[in-house]
Amino acid sequence: MTYSYFPGCTLKTKGKDLDIWGRASAEALGFTLEELPDWQCCGAVYPMARDEIATKLSSVRALMAAGEKGQALVTLCSACHHVIKRVNNDLRTDEAIRDKVARYLKLETPYAGETDVLHYLEVLRDKIGFDKLKEKVVNPLTGRKIGAYYGCMLLRPAQEMGFDDPENPTILEDFIRAIGAEPVIYARRNECCGGYCTIKDKGFATKQVDAIMDNAKACGAEELITACPLCLYNLKENATEGLPVAYFTELLAEALGVKEAAK
Amino acid sequence: MQRVGVFVCWCGSNIAATVDVEKVAEVLAKEPGVVFSTNYQYMCSQAGQEMIQESIRKYNLTGVVICSCSPRMHENTFRKTCEKAGLNPYMVEIANIREQCSWIHKDKDTATEKAIILGRAAIAKVHLNAPLTAGTSPVKKRALVIGGGIAGIQTALDIADAGFDVDIVEKEPTIGGKMTQIDKTFPTLDCAACILTPKMVDAAQNERIHIYSYSEVSSVRGFVGNFKVTIKKKARFVDETKCTGCGLCTEKCPQKKVPNLFNLGLDNRRAIYIPFAQAVPKVATIDADYCTMLKSGKCGVCSKVCTAGAIDYQQKDAFIEQEYGAIVVATGFNPIKLDKYDEFAYSQSPDVVTSLEFERLMNAAGPTGGTLLRPSDGQHPHTIVFVQCVGSRCDDSKGKPYCSKICCMYTAKHAMLCREKYPDTDVYVFYIDVRTPGKNFDEFYRRAVEEYGVHYVKGMVGKVVPENGKLKVQASDLIGNQQLHIDADMVVLAAAIEPDKSARPLATMLTASMDTNDFFTEAHPKLRPVESPTAGIFLSGACQGPKDIPETVAQASAAAAKVIGLLNKDHLICNPCTATPDEMMCNGCSSCEKVCPYGAITYIDKEFRGPNRTTLIRRVAQVNPAVCQGCGACTVACPSGAMDLKGFSNKQIMAEVDAICR
Repeated sequence: MTYSYFPGCTLKTKGKDLDIWGRASAEALGFTLEELPDWQCCGAVYPMARDEIATKLSSVRALMAAGEKGQALVTLCSACHHVIKRVNNDLRTDEAIRDKVARYLKLETPYAGETDVLHYLEVLRDKIGFDKLKEKVVNPLTGRKIGAYYGCMLLRPAQEMGFDDPENPTILEDFIRAIGAEPVIYARRNECCGGYCTIKDKGFATKQVDAIMDNAKACGAEELITACPLCLYNLKENATEGLPVAYFTELLAEALGVKEAAK
Repeated sequence: MQRVGVFVCWCGSNIAATVDVEKVAEVLAKEPGVVFSTNYQYMCSQAGQEMIQESIRKYNLTGVVICSCSPRMHENTFRKTCEKAGLNPYMVEIANIREQCSWIHKDKDTATEKAIILGRAAIAKVHLNAPLTAGTSPVKKRALVIGGGIAGIQTALDIADAGFDVDIVEKEPTIGGKMTQIDKTFPTLDCAACILTPKMVDAAQNERIHIYSYSEVSSVRGFVGNFKVTIKKKARFVDETKCTGCGLCTEKCPQKKVPNLFNLGLDNRRAIYIPFAQAVPKVATIDADYCTMLKSGKCGVCSKVCTAGAIDYQQKDAFIEQEYGAIVVATGFNPIKLDKYDEFAYSQSPDVVTSLEFERLMNAAGPTGGTLLRPSDGQHPHTIVFVQCVGSRCDDSKGKPYCSKICCMYTAKHAMLCREKYPDTDVYVFYIDVRTPGKNFDEFYRRAVEEYGVHYVKGMVGKVVPENGKLKVQASDLIGNQQLHIDADMVVLAAAIEPDKSARPLATMLTASMDTNDFFTEAHPKLRPVESPTAGIFLSGACQGPKDIPETVAQASAAAAKVIGLLNKDHLICNPCTATPDEMMCNGCSSCEKVCPYGAITYIDKEFRGPNRTTLIRRVAQVNPAVCQGCGACTVACPSGAMDLKGFSNKQIMAEVDAICR
């Protein structure tokens, strides 16, 4: 199976580990991520203003490029996923936006959200299946107590993202179980990491991250995984005394033996 | 051809606002056989009914078509009307132009066209109607009540009081239901046990009431007046006739680590147990999942200590057959499971409890002897947060769309009792709305706020984080427009209530309808609230919808009144629309016999005259009209088209279809 792949800017710079191990693991699992040619910025933040169309256009271009190939569009960065998925939903459901976008891009047939947008984790859960993933694990991470950190981007707004229950998500815990480790459930796993506030008010981000870390530690977690570059940044940089944090793809590669092979 | 009269009803504006009733009457007047056609504001009113009767006499009508509401609403009314004017009641047809037409359409022209078509179909059918005469069937003068909570007990007491025998089937080892677990009752704060246990004793001592405890209904056959029910008496491994309820076995049993379900698992009991001191019947039961003797054959302590010799490890499930005239469903409710609401940390901390668990923690017979203590460390809590609507009024698939109705009042009760018994506690209640529509209910809630100083906060709790022995509660205060952070010692969740899990399979057995939430549906939401649409099945208590105790008892007595009315009759008029086989077409295949849910079809070998004065014996179907309920399953199953339903014959249905397609 081949999917169109939208890496996004961070995965080419600060978040390389998320990208590299994601692609390598995909091959081991029997699917290919085909990077879209000439992809542009996803828009970075989903525009909340109803009449703001221009910042949605680059997402639409990526969606259409995947659609032309007849492929679903897979993302790894949770911020890109959030923006692209919501823009796609707008074009699927809002005729006025669809019409304006068609005029901007001079489309003969308006794009109506036909392309499916999948996060890498959704591919693992819904296309590959965690039970199948478990079978492919050569290096089970037995005995490791891992806390999943979800953040907000993948989960909310739940009706549009359709990813998991925003209050009690399980997808990352199921993933942790599949790679042979023990998931640690802690209450603050979907609380805010501080997000972009870290630029303006580092103290606030530190307060958020410390609360998350303390909670995870108290529940017995020894390390955390996440799918979000911004969450990873905050958890790593702003914690007073934090646990090790890694992208989920890194542990996936480790469990599949891909990481070892790369060395 | 019949002489047909057509009567088009306006139903005030219900029909007339969307359907041009005058035009319908006018067009239908031109249909073949129609000798009179009119319209009227309220056909079901006395004036309307008299107009129908006059027209029958004046125009010598032999068939009547009424274009009005659903036949479920007024078919009987109009049948009686016409019968009084000398017409056979089965010569009346209803064209439903309200529920199936005016209520669901907006455009008047298309609705009018559809009403005409529906009327035309009814006229086509009435031409083929034949007068039918109803027979009668006897009524078995005994009632069955399924569920022995306060609803079932009250219904049984009232039926017995009227002089009829009544059986209660209760799946637990004791009757009493949820009310036995409740501490105090709103709005009077009298103790639940004090008002319930005398009723339980009354039921046990009443010679007309028989209690089948630890039993379930395993099958139901028959129909109103003649139900045949099999009751499964589950093996409790104790001979009820010998056990004196002394309780010695429950003290000596070495298996001490069995979660005590009566206290919702907050403490442990033994493998042999009596749920609580006032249980009825006060008889021990062995929990087969935990008893070492039953599992491995090694132990037998209870048998050794029992002076009455009541322990019987060999006891098997017993099945009892009984006949009933009426069945009352009183299967009650349960709080929902909270696994989908873990943002409130129910699975993460023992100090997060449900309201029913809180009842046990406040109850003198509960695990803490009535002193409110935190389950985690046995300490006295100082700050308690109550969260309302957990799983109620949800717009997603996680919870229930309805209001559970009782939570606002019991939460006010809990908050008030906390403040009264422990004035040093700080009590918060988070709510969406406070709903108190009941006698003396709002006064009760206001007392909690004004006299007892409970902090009522409009807003919801977003997250509960167990941390360093505290529960960190994050919530919104909508009126203060701020976020609240409260360090609580306990959090109490008002979990939504849902029908008991046994209700769904029971409804299938009884062919009683349910709504999408598995509550039993009443025959009419306003006018027949205690009857199921299935004849002879009555509804009592929370199985029909969320209810508090006063409402449950009122409905229980109402259901009893309906049962008494039914059992008072010696005979019931049968439905004459029964199946009849055409013996010449029947090939004896048994298809109909297999699908008949009432066992009304048998086969006989019958002698027929063959060609050249020969005789031949053929196997043909026979229908017992006293048992047949006219469901029509056999007419569809019959491969040779031999089976027909009186009043709904294949010819009549085809005539309707033809009229619609014309």
